[in-house]
Amino acid sequence: MSTAEKYVTGAYLVLLGSLLVYLLIIALKVGRLEEELADLARAAREKHSG
Amino acid sequence: MSTWLPSEDRRGPSLRFGPLFAAAAAGLLVGGFALAFYWAPEDADQGFSQKIFYLHVPIALTAYACFGWGAWKALRLLWTGERRYDLESYTAIHMGVIFGLLTLVTGSIWAKISWGEWWTWGERQLVLFLILFLFYSSYFMLRYSTDPGPRRERNSAVYALFGVVLIPVSFLAVRIAGTILHPTIFTHEGADLPWQMLVAFLVCLAGMLSLAATLYRVELTGKRIDASLRELRELLA
Amino acid sequence: MSAYAGDVAALARKDLLLEFRSRDTLPAMLLFVVSALTIFHFALPSGSSERAETGLLWIAIVFTALLGLTRAFAAEREQGVLDGLVLAPCDRSAIWLGKTIGVTVFLVLAELVALPAFALFFHPLSWDLVAAVALADIGIASIGTLLAAMAAASRARELLLPLLFLPLAIPVVIGGVGASIASNPGSFLGFLILYDGVFAILSWASFEYVVTE
Repeated sequence: MSTAEKYVTGAYLVLLGSLLVYLLIIALKVGRLEEELADLARAAREKHSG
Repeated sequence: MSTWLPSEDRRGPSLRFGPLFAAAAAGLLVGGFALAFYWAPEDADQGFSQKIFYLHVPIALTAYACFGWGAWKALRLLWTGERRYDLESYTAIHMGVIFGLLTLVTGSIWAKISWGEWWTWGERQLVLFLILFLFYSSYFMLRYSTDPGPRRERNSAVYALFGVVLIPVSFLAVRIAGTILHPTIFTHEGADLPWQMLVAFLVCLAGMLSLAATLYRVELTGKRIDASLRELRELLA
Repeated sequence: MSAYAGDVAALARKDLLLEFRSRDTLPAMLLFVVSALTIFHFALPSGSSERAETGLLWIAIVFTALLGLTRAFAAEREQGVLDGLVLAPCDRSAIWLGKTIGVTVFLVLAELVALPAFALFFHPLSWDLVAAVALADIGIASIGTLLAAMAAASRARELLLPLLFLPLAIPVVIGGVGASIASNPGSFLGFLILYDGVFAILSWASFEYVVTE
């Protein structure tokens, strides 16, 4: 692979890598949101029955 | 006490057409890059390294579009006072900064191949993006250091408007700076683009914009859920 | 219309009188700018070009302006006067205009000392540079007043104002330095006029959104 080809591929890999990192961040966020929702559901039930 | 749950306000952009945007992004982007590599001719002067053009310029234009979208939402906020516009504006600018960062990185790689330097003050597009990146990073500083509320929403909106005005002003400034202060020796602007290159480029641009639209909706929905959960927590506490 | 002008004049006069009586911002700015120029002399190795020195002058102007702007709403905050001003039966944008005029006067007074000091320490100045400085003052004061009001709402105002201000100041520096050293300063001075016009109008129009609770 010539130098030019290496750099061009690198640039496109930057895009791919950024998208995957973004996906990772969203996955972590969705997990956290689900936990928080479960917490709130518990709090709501306690308040309802309490 | 009237509660405003952002997730209940269904007027703004939502994920209702999410799959459509995502499919469009995937198709157009993959198709565009395929056209760029398999169909479009190789540039006579720059050779294979010109292929970065199909990545770098759509990303740059998408960043501009995001900043413009954020400014439009900011204007709507100041106009109507509806709180949902604050989240929409903030998310758009967030997207813009991400794409702006990608512009700087891909532009830097292109500079390295073309002229052997990771950074050059002679490349106008790069310099302009540096200024905008600094400006919009300050936007985040503004948001982080102001307590949430109408004050922060309005300040952010006004600052977003300043940003979109700064774009053409900086463009002009960098251009005249090039004449005497920092000579613009290098430029990517070549002769007229062969039509195949133009077609490939436009497909890539459409793909990149669709990608930004998809990510924007995902991000916005996430932020809305976050804000809604916080409101619920206050209600239940 | 004349009521508006009256409000503006009253607000500007209030700021200037306050400063004249307390004398805390302007002497600090003057001392700062002369100290900065002195440091620049030591920062520049001998044989540095006149162009580099001119560039540094503009840095001194921008940072002296920042110093003055940080004080722009400090007085109001200290006495909780800003709320009173906002409740006053005048157009909020008149507050902006009055303050901007006050800040411009401060800057001009500071430069009346800074420019001769520069000419003394480094090299003589051209009238183009003076014109550019005058134009830059208007632009800096316009956006600075607005941004100072924005930063006043935050928890880290002394840190936030420079952050918000510096990216917007880049075109001013480009225009100013360009006008100072170019053989044809017309386009740079024209650019500064454009900058002033655009950002002054934007600041004037958006000030009320920034200052309302």
